[in-house]
Amino acid sequence: MSAEPSGTSAPLLRAEGLVKTHHGEGAPARAVRGVGLSVRRGEFVAVTGPSGAGKSTLLHLLGGLQRPDEGSIWLDEVCADGWSEARWAVERRKRIGIVFQFFNLVSNLSVADNVELPALLAGLSPKRARAEREALLGELGLTGKERSLPGELSGGEQQRVALARALVNHPPLLLADEPAGSLDSKGTREVMRLLSRFHQRGQTIVMVTHDARLASAADRVISFFDGRIADDATLEGAPARGKGISGVLELRD
Amino acid sequence: MRLPLLALLARGPAHGYELKQDLEQLLGSAYPQPNVGQIYVTLGRLEKSGLIEGEDVEQSSRPNKKVYHLTDAGREALHAWFEETEDEPRVRDEFFMKLALAPQTGLADQIALINRQRRQYLNTMRSLSKLAAAEDRDNRIAHLLIEGAMLHLQADLDWLERCQEELEEQQ
Repeated sequence: MSAEPSGTSAPLLRAEGLVKTHHGEGAPARAVRGVGLSVRRGEFVAVTGPSGAGKSTLLHLLGGLQRPDEGSIWLDEVCADGWSEARWAVERRKRIGIVFQFFNLVSNLSVADNVELPALLAGLSPKRARAEREALLGELGLTGKERSLPGELSGGEQQRVALARALVNHPPLLLADEPAGSLDSKGTREVMRLLSRFHQRGQTIVMVTHDARLASAADRVISFFDGRIADDATLEGAPARGKGISGVLELRD
Repeated sequence: MRLPLLALLARGPAHGYELKQDLEQLLGSAYPQPNVGQIYVTLGRLEKSGLIEGEDVEQSSRPNKKVYHLTDAGREALHAWFEETEDEPRVRDEFFMKLALAPQTGLADQIALINRQRRQYLNTMRSLSKLAAAEDRDNRIAHLLIEGAMLHLQADLDWLERCQEELEEQQ
């Protein structure tokens, strides 16, 4: 389950020349202005930047939730240019899991049903869907909450249910759009810990966040400004470089 | 380190090595690898200025060890320490000067400066996350210290973002 060695495998996700312009009221806003990007299997990539920089639009393009005006996307080396809505929907069930800022759970379905539904839609038997659900909810510390409705859970718990739902079909790619954007500090740390854990087991993750702490869980951080990539930095695996954190606390004299 | 050592001695007499261990235990991995030599030097200075007093205690199989206790003057100094508020952290002024002066020199690009600085902050942030993950969950003092460092760094990163937004707009 561990990540393949870097550089040797074809990218899981590739995009070239992506452009997306929003036509709302007033002048057209160019949310994504020519973006190319390649994500290897097993990579954890964070996209950060100010709000309104277009980073969520970029993520929506990568998940097929919106279509680019220009440019192309390849998933596992297959070009997605001609994919229909229905085809994207199937891909989002099987090969792309997505978590959103506001969880987007089905409010009148129980926690268990929220997680099992995509498994059943993907063709799993009820028995297997249930087994997958049980394993994931256990893993995410939600055993005992199966019969609750989403509205009865805390924000952090709802996001964990959303994570279980996104991962129930073992998608190679997980997209996360501000996954801690509506959580408190404790919920943020929890999401960070869980994403890191799945990443360590080889899960490929692309996450959009304005939270630098969350971004630092990734091993690559893309800075997004005004619809473009301003910087693409691989974070060092090794802790403590230079005087960065020889110690957090500085004791003088 | 003078005042923290005084504060540890407010609980009762102790020798240098004990104080080192107490500091380590209190602050966890967020504490810079403590140097016992530095602790002895500081204790020497505290004794010279009359804030603590040391007494030699004989040990059967080893050289004498010196056990220190707080003097009245030391206790006064501690009171004063707790009374005072501390200066707030400053904006990273050296980086700001680089950013402000770069265009006039023609020697550096502002966006490149910001990108480079951001990479360093992000790497440090990552190290802090790892430090927090490795720290004993029950050591709340250590976790608060690391979280404080992360929040400061986050503010620095937010500020870099603001600078970049502003500068990209001009271009």
